[in-house]
Amino acid sequence: MMNQADSIVPESMATAQPPAVRQLGDRVFKWLTLLMALSVFALIVLVGFELWRGSHLALQKFGWRFLSSSEWDPVNEQFGALPFIFGTVVSSLIALLIAVPLSIASAVFLTELAPPWLRQPLTVFIELLAAVPSVILGLWGIFVMVPWLREHLFLWLRSALGFLPLFQGPIYGVSFLAGGIIIAIMIVPIITSVSREILRSVPGLQREAAYALGATRWEVTRIAVLSYAKKGLFGAVILGLGRALGETMAVTMVIGNNPQIAPSLFAPGYTLASVIANEFNEATGDVYRSGLFEIGLVLLGVTILVNAAAQLLLKTFGGAGAKPQ
Amino acid sequence: MNLIMPPEEEKIISQTRREPRVESREPNPDALPSALDSRTSTASISALTVKNLSIYFGKNQVLKSVSLEVQARAVTAIIGPSGCGKSTFLRALNRMHELVPEARMTGEIRLFGEDIYAGRVEPVIVRRRVGMVFQKSNPFPTMSIADNVTVGLRLNGVRARATLVDRMEKSLRMAALWDEVKDRLHAPAISLSGGQQQRLCIARALAVQPEVLLMDEPASALDPLATAKIEDLILELKKDFTIVIVTHNMQQAARISDFTAFLYLGELIEFDATRKIFTSPARKQTEDYVTGRFG
Amino acid sequence: MTASNHRWRKTKNALVQALTLVCALLVIAPLAFVFYYLVKSGIGAVNWDFFTKLPKPVGEGGGGMANAIAGSFILLGIAAIIGMPVGVLAGVYLSEYASSRLTGPIRFGADVLNGVPSIIWGIVVYALMVLPMRTYSAWAGGVVLGMMMIPLIMRTTEEVLLLVPDGYREAALALGIAQWRTIAQIVVRTALKGIVTGVLLAVARVAGETAPLIFTALGNRFWNNNLSDPIAALPLQIFSYAISPYDDWHRQAWAGALVLLLLITAINVTVRVLTRDRIHKNP
Repeated sequence: MMNQADSIVPESMATAQPPAVRQLGDRVFKWLTLLMALSVFALIVLVGFELWRGSHLALQKFGWRFLSSSEWDPVNEQFGALPFIFGTVVSSLIALLIAVPLSIASAVFLTELAPPWLRQPLTVFIELLAAVPSVILGLWGIFVMVPWLREHLFLWLRSALGFLPLFQGPIYGVSFLAGGIIIAIMIVPIITSVSREILRSVPGLQREAAYALGATRWEVTRIAVLSYAKKGLFGAVILGLGRALGETMAVTMVIGNNPQIAPSLFAPGYTLASVIANEFNEATGDVYRSGLFEIGLVLLGVTILVNAAAQLLLKTFGGAGAKPQ
Repeated sequence: MNLIMPPEEEKIISQTRREPRVESREPNPDALPSALDSRTSTASISALTVKNLSIYFGKNQVLKSVSLEVQARAVTAIIGPSGCGKSTFLRALNRMHELVPEARMTGEIRLFGEDIYAGRVEPVIVRRRVGMVFQKSNPFPTMSIADNVTVGLRLNGVRARATLVDRMEKSLRMAALWDEVKDRLHAPAISLSGGQQQRLCIARALAVQPEVLLMDEPASALDPLATAKIEDLILELKKDFTIVIVTHNMQQAARISDFTAFLYLGELIEFDATRKIFTSPARKQTEDYVTGRFG
Repeated sequence: MTASNHRWRKTKNALVQALTLVCALLVIAPLAFVFYYLVKSGIGAVNWDFFTKLPKPVGEGGGGMANAIAGSFILLGIAAIIGMPVGVLAGVYLSEYASSRLTGPIRFGADVLNGVPSIIWGIVVYALMVLPMRTYSAWAGGVVLGMMMIPLIMRTTEEVLLLVPDGYREAALALGIAQWRTIAQIVVRTALKGIVTGVLLAVARVAGETAPLIFTALGNRFWNNNLSDPIAALPLQIFSYAISPYDDWHRQAWAGALVLLLLITAINVTVRVLTRDRIHKNP
């Protein structure tokens, strides 16, 4: 049939590079990629170092008092971060309160209960919402959401729940509550899609076992899926918290930017991220700027802790890693 | 030989083929002598000499002091039940087992007298001289048929277009695929059928002109018709190459191989001419296995 | 089990189904509202001038955001030049040298970096580049976005490379192809579509970033002629117009937001089409 005689002439060996060169290629490539991968640590060190260096002055001058003082007086160069910590915590908690039930319910709907034809389009919409930039949401917040809150929801809340200190006082529209709501909108897609991944990674066997007992869809979800995925879902929520703490533009545009610790959710507030966004470029004095760097340092510390916790939770849940959103 | 035959006929042919061809062939008159002296001169020179080969994965010993000689220009089959170490043995022959991070080996393997594990020898060069075909066909999905065949040459520094084109055609002809694909060389490789893909993988391995071809159950994922083609191809290829094939199919081993090695639990139980192994094995275990009493 | 019990369980099932549906709708409702208002308030100002003219001072109507649109593309270009090689090569390391003891910590570090708030990146690059250079600049803006892209691209690259079946790596190595060529020219090439997708997603992700640009690129009312000078960017322009007290500028902000969102959506849709036929998982 064929008569290929020269098939074993090792010609390619003759034209190939000498062995040393080839091994060099392997070694260089491995080191190059390793170097690039190590840039992760370089970046973490860089971020920490620059913030520490920038906040040096404030660290020296205020010490731990910085965290507990609520004075923010650029004129007399007295700085304390407490109102911003308060604002960040309050707005993030409001956001979680709103976002967690909605996100997990949506994730359950998308993976377990929705008719198959509806899953794909809903997922696409949620991913598109995740892609809406913070500044655009903030723009919408200023001109659409805040006026509506001021003229409808807040009035109604005050008349219905006004006996609580949380819902008393004058209504401006811009407020802790407005900030919390806008953050909720921003973190809902993240919590939903991470939760969805987690629910999807629940082994089918778990479900089948419950179905075999004659359970309804919801019973299967409750018995087999949710209890199995608890830890992973908690990780998703913590991941959402990490995002909420660092959320900047949209909050800055609707929270009112007033450094105060107020019991009412209708009062304007300020967060760690938004004080940096608003005042950094105008900060004239060295101590003032240094104070803002220290606020950055506080924010970084908190978000890294929260994110690391979230990653560990998701990792121990197994497989369903947190995808970058 | 007509390659396309109905399965009924295949049986008949395989009957006639059962006669193992132990005799070695005359050296091909067209062969370029330079690189081949060592192989063309004698009737039964060994291509690969394996001495006391033991392989460990971590604490797990998967091969226990295996020694055998693979004769040049013949087909050597490795048989044995799953997990007996036959794939590991095959992979040691071109140092592919080293891809498993915790793999360790002792013993010696010589390729035409050269120790392939000697300190200065690079696995890359060994693998070019000892090619491999895998259980599942794996043509590169982003490349055309032609590119798949020439990729080994191109990525090893062969630039001359004429050489590449020439080698591609020869390799495809040797793999009995040329007539089926010559009109669509630039079609994606994955547009081929399963059997064609496997023959493309054989052509790809042949293009870098190895001396030995290792085959790891090359037909186990194919239908009988495609399997028959691969078997015909192997018989054709042994005129020019040394072939070591792992198979779990004993009929296949009997049909195509000249020598058969039976591995069990990492040990070489018996190694002999195929006819001997299948008709009068020396060991009881071998007999039990080839007659289907276990495994 | 009685019949009424059974009916109650079925009813409960239906109730939960309806409730979670309502939640899902609530989740996507803001998207609909935002899009509705963007189109309603922004479409009027999206015209030829918007894409070709510089911003006009307050009081003079018209003008556009040509400089901001161009600025955004320049910043994203610089960012991609920095983020793409670093991110892709690092992703290659994570996937191809997975036996290394470093991969776990590196992966974890990348995930932590992904969680660093964007405003933090802004002040870091301010300290790193703006202070020493004594000026806000396009370079600083590009660098900050590039740094943010690195962990994003790294993780998506790793993920798509891990989808490439080992059979291809083995086949290439068995041909005597060196490992680095196997990775660069076989494995990466097989996963190229996925890698491009990851890069595009990272670009889309940072395209809307505002906070890190405030202290680096700063913004500019005119064309940028020198990358060492401040440069305008679409998100920055939207922000400064949105918090201004002028109706004209509010309209421009809406138009800018509409254009930015369409741009980002376009990238996302492209990606979706690109990934429709996933890479082949043959062997």
